[in-house]
Amino acid sequence: MKILEINHCNKKFGENEVLKDISLSVAEGQVVSIIGPSGSGKSTLLRCATLLETMDGGDLIYLGDYAAKADPQGKAVYASKQELQGIKQHFGLVFQNFNLFPHYSVLKNITEPPILIGKRPKEEVYAEARVLLEKMGLADKENAYPYQLSGGQQQRVSIARALAMKPKILFFDEPTSALDPELTGEILQVIKELAAEHMTMVIVTHEMSFARDVSNHIIFMDGGVIVEEGEPNQIINHPQQERTKAFLHRFQQ
Amino acid sequence: MDTQFIFSIVQQLSVGLIESCKIFLLTLLFSMPLGLLVAFGRMSKWTPLKCFASDKFLEQIHILQTAQGKEEKTAFSLRAKSAFFLFKPIQFVLKVFIAILRGTPLMLQLFAIYYGPYYIFGIPISMEYRFTAVIIAFSVNYSAYFAEIYRAGIESIPVGQYEAATVLGYNKVQTFFRIIFPQMCKRVLPPVTNEAITLVKDTSLAFVISYTEMFTLAKQISAAKTTIMPLIVAGVFYFIFNAIVAFVMERIEKKMNYYR
Ligand SMILES: Nc1ncnc2c1ncn2[C@@H]1O[C@H](COP(=O)(O)OP(=O)(O)OP(=O)(O)O)[C@@H](O)[C@H]1O
Ligand SMILES: [Mg+2]
Repeated sequence: MKILEINHCNKKFGENEVLKDISLSVAEGQVVSIIGPSGSGKSTLLRCATLLETMDGGDLIYLGDYAAKADPQGKAVYASKQELQGIKQHFGLVFQNFNLFPHYSVLKNITEPPILIGKRPKEEVYAEARVLLEKMGLADKENAYPYQLSGGQQQRVSIARALAMKPKILFFDEPTSALDPELTGEILQVIKELAAEHMTMVIVTHEMSFARDVSNHIIFMDGGVIVEEGEPNQIINHPQQERTKAFLHRFQQ
Repeated sequence: MDTQFIFSIVQQLSVGLIESCKIFLLTLLFSMPLGLLVAFGRMSKWTPLKCFASDKFLEQIHILQTAQGKEEKTAFSLRAKSAFFLFKPIQFVLKVFIAILRGTPLMLQLFAIYYGPYYIFGIPISMEYRFTAVIIAFSVNYSAYFAEIYRAGIESIPVGQYEAATVLGYNKVQTFFRIIFPQMCKRVLPPVTNEAITLVKDTSLAFVISYTEMFTLAKQISAAKTTIMPLIVAGVFYFIFNAIVAFVMERIEKKMNYYR
């Protein structure tokens, strides 16, 4: 089943065309990595998919529900607020700089959204949150505040916060870029474990070997277009397009 | 100058001190929430004419005007027109409101609110109105200062906080009251303390409409007994009052230090 489908997405900031006719689809259990140079529109694509930005044109579909549908001219027409609220329950987003709520304890960061927004029973949510924390290796940190944690621990909390909402698909925007090099490993490990459990994920990353190991599909973006996409091994080790080759070459140095 | 005399001054000024405390507490009670409303208005992005600012509409006006033979520099005039249609009425009104309240003396505002109803509408001024006028003038004036403090506090919260909340499904009200407001409170506490301390001293301005708070009394006794002793005692009282305010605010700040 298709979890996410984006068709002919266009996005402009003023005169700057940041996304040009981007289409992609993500099936259940698939892990898709998006790579590409700075400014190529990777974050903008994730932000459009997570409704933080509005697309100018194209379709955005979660599990068959249209969040945005292109009209005959191709202009994206968004669903009602209420419908979008429902669609938001399908996805989660992990930010580069975590964006934990600093005034909430770790446990409250994870439990408030499912209780308040998901309207789920407290006891159940708390029990699940503790299981998640255990899994993230943070069982002893439930009463800590974000400022008391390392970057890697904060990022694990933010992953737990996203997972607590039971999303059908999880987006990551450079989840390790704000971390010290020795801390990136622990986050990549967590994501690999999620992949092993067949969590559907879309990951923007600069970690090429990680992208190759964890994903089923890699998309290389440059200048707002998808230049090349396909099997990880093919994209990373045998790219066809000159731009992909140049980008990967720069990375291997 | 015997202790008996000083004691009687202290006793008389205590009555005034209670009035000053009343002004202080009521002003905080009204101006702090009012300031939040003013801040909301000040940050309002409501543009009722926005639909006219679309490129298509502007182009059509432009075509119409050029058809009428009016020479215009396209880029500039288009921008000027779209700026006009992007006018934010609520924001504008509150900017003016804040500018007036911060730009004119509180003393003048006290006069205006106390005598205004009589001079403008011919409503006779009753004795009870004196206190009401003091509270209205102080509350409205301080709400302008608090509004700007709140606005600075709200605008200092990283956008990431809004984005995280939105993606999790929080609506605007939930995001504000659960995520933004608590963090804002912590950030605005030091400037709010400043305002509160200024307010303690500003209560003495109520004397200009002859409201008998502590300073009015001190001046009266001082004039009658030709001694500055009452003014010195009043100064000591203000100082102690502010020491207490500073102490309380510090305690609140400490309480909020559980996170950073
Ligand atoms: N809010 C915005 N307003 C205007 N322009 C923007 C905005 N956000 C992004 N852009 C522009 O869109 C382009 C794509 O930016 P984006 O952040 O999507 O790139 P990216 O691929 O994520 O880059 P990086 O690897 O550095 O994160 C850039 O040219 C950027 O300047
Ligand atoms: Mg980015």
